[in-house]
Amino acid sequence: MATVDLKDVKKVYPSGVEAVKGVSIAIPDKELCVLVGPSGCGKSTLLRMIAGLETISAGTVAIDGKVVNAIGPTERDIAMVFQNYALYPHMKVYDNMAYGLRNRGTPKDEIDSRVRSTAKVLELSALLDRRPRELSGGQRQRVAMGRAIVRNPKVFLFDEPLSNLDAKLRGQMRVEIKNLQRTLGVTSVYVTHDQLEAMTLADILVVMNAGLVEQTGAPLDVYEKPASIFVASFIGAPPMNLLALTGSSSGPMLADGTAIGFAARETPAVTLGFRPEDADVTFNAEALPGALVLPATVEAVEPVGAESFLHCVAAGSRIIVRVSGRATAKPGDQLRVVAKAEKLHWFDQAGKRVD
Amino acid sequence: MIGQSPLRTFIAHAVLILGILIVGFPIYYTFVASTHTLQTILRPPLPLLPGGQLWNNYSEALFGGIGRIGGVSVGQLLLNTTIMALGVAVGKICISILSAYAIVFFRFPLRMTFFWLIFITLMLPVEVRILPTYKVMVDLGMIDTYAGLIIPLIASATATLLFRQFFMTIPGELVEAARVDGAGPWRFFIDILLPVSRTNIAALFVILFIYGWTQYLWPLLVTNSNDMNTIVIALRKMVSFADADTEWHLVMVTAMLAIVPPILVVVLMQRWFVRGLVESEK
Repeated sequence: MATVDLKDVKKVYPSGVEAVKGVSIAIPDKELCVLVGPSGCGKSTLLRMIAGLETISAGTVAIDGKVVNAIGPTERDIAMVFQNYALYPHMKVYDNMAYGLRNRGTPKDEIDSRVRSTAKVLELSALLDRRPRELSGGQRQRVAMGRAIVRNPKVFLFDEPLSNLDAKLRGQMRVEIKNLQRTLGVTSVYVTHDQLEAMTLADILVVMNAGLVEQTGAPLDVYEKPASIFVASFIGAPPMNLLALTGSSSGPMLADGTAIGFAARETPAVTLGFRPEDADVTFNAEALPGALVLPATVEAVEPVGAESFLHCVAAGSRIIVRVSGRATAKPGDQLRVVAKAEKLHWFDQAGKRVD
Repeated sequence: MIGQSPLRTFIAHAVLILGILIVGFPIYYTFVASTHTLQTILRPPLPLLPGGQLWNNYSEALFGGIGRIGGVSVGQLLLNTTIMALGVAVGKICISILSAYAIVFFRFPLRMTFFWLIFITLMLPVEVRILPTYKVMVDLGMIDTYAGLIIPLIASATATLLFRQFFMTIPGELVEAARVDGAGPWRFFIDILLPVSRTNIAALFVILFIYGWTQYLWPLLVTNSNDMNTIVIALRKMVSFADADTEWHLVMVTAMLAIVPPILVVVLMQRWFVRGLVESEK
């Protein structure tokens, strides 16, 4: 029902700290945009600026085509789900959900029907007479969601809503949030530091670092073509393996002098990377043209069940290789790590992707 | 619990019982005195057990109709004191909760200056500023009025500080959630802040009620007419009669009556009082 457009948004605190250094994002109607990044990257500040809880130092925020810089959170017609839920401790679940509607002067019977139907969707009907402290973490989370949904706002804002839940519940709620958002068709902005949450929820993934957007795109595009070393190491678990390169007359070499066994690239790449799942290991010594072959020593094996992670040392760097099922390698084994050339990522001096 | 051995339990209980005896004995003894005749009291030693004059003494003090303190009944004295204590307690809470609200939740110029100004008034209790205050009350014609009894005592730096500390523990997200929900400053205060601080308010009310009830110096100065005396002042006036005439049995009865309302307040609000001091509900 609404688009959200950020144009060159900046946040400078009175202390002079620049938390957001010029961010532009366009979120189409009904899409869920996830802002992800390490703590202190400005993602929460950005969200709070969209909400109107934080003043905007420069640039514009537009909701539904209308610039909202100067108007307060109430008039922006947004709803927010907070990390600690921020439920009113003295109000029953029903009143928690109804409070925003009452403040807007919604007629009583309409409030009642909206609260009850929202409660039904979120399976809270039996809990309407309870107080927040009588609820479990997951139930509180639902009430916080309900409080947002019941208002039927133009935009949902989520500020790390799942970070206080245990891992299992987090997984459930993730799916639930995604389904709800899709059913309701409300444009949403979701802040998280959890890259798994970001990948699974996002229609648009925005990776932020140090107050700037590193990359914007569909989650899988970002995963497959990270725009920078930062994105490559932030998105994906375990992170991408990165190896430093040194140039020489005969083409790029790894730090320990191992020559790369295929055509050198034109562009001056100084780092090469590959995902743990894009590599394999072999004990054989046959030549493998068109692939990166690294002699490696296994340091540790992490069996996770369906897959195993081999922690190896190759060319002076630690790398991780994912093999499916049980690993045959043991710590101390000498083997060769093989990564196909087309699965390699190259980055230049500034850490940017080179294609 | 730390101590589980019988000896420790015994010692703990012994200490507690001793404490109760030390605190409770004077009150018990006052009660005993209030049940004897004047003659018994004046002829020491005073018996340790209650006498048979309970009904006589209490009915005489309450309904005797003798103008013991310038023709003012005990009922009137209790009413005066109750009005004063309530006025002081409620007034202090209203003023301090509003100033703490302003200091914690609003950003305005000289905010910290105002905070420190309030803080500094801790160093200026009634006794220190009693002359100028008295002069102001005289000029405003507030001698012998309830307003004169209450208003000079109503500002409280301590209560402001307590509320400030409590408000600072309220998570910022709660404030922001209310803003997103369309609650303005006033709505937030009424709908969220007041209910959340109700245990603190109750605890403070108990303390301040007793503070108001036991005021001595200020009521003594600001009331000239016997009609406006508080019960504490009246008690003293009863004693200051010519030595031999002091009706000790009635003084004791009045003293007993004077401690009943504070006890009632404490007993009735005990649950809230303890919760307000112990837990912060969030």
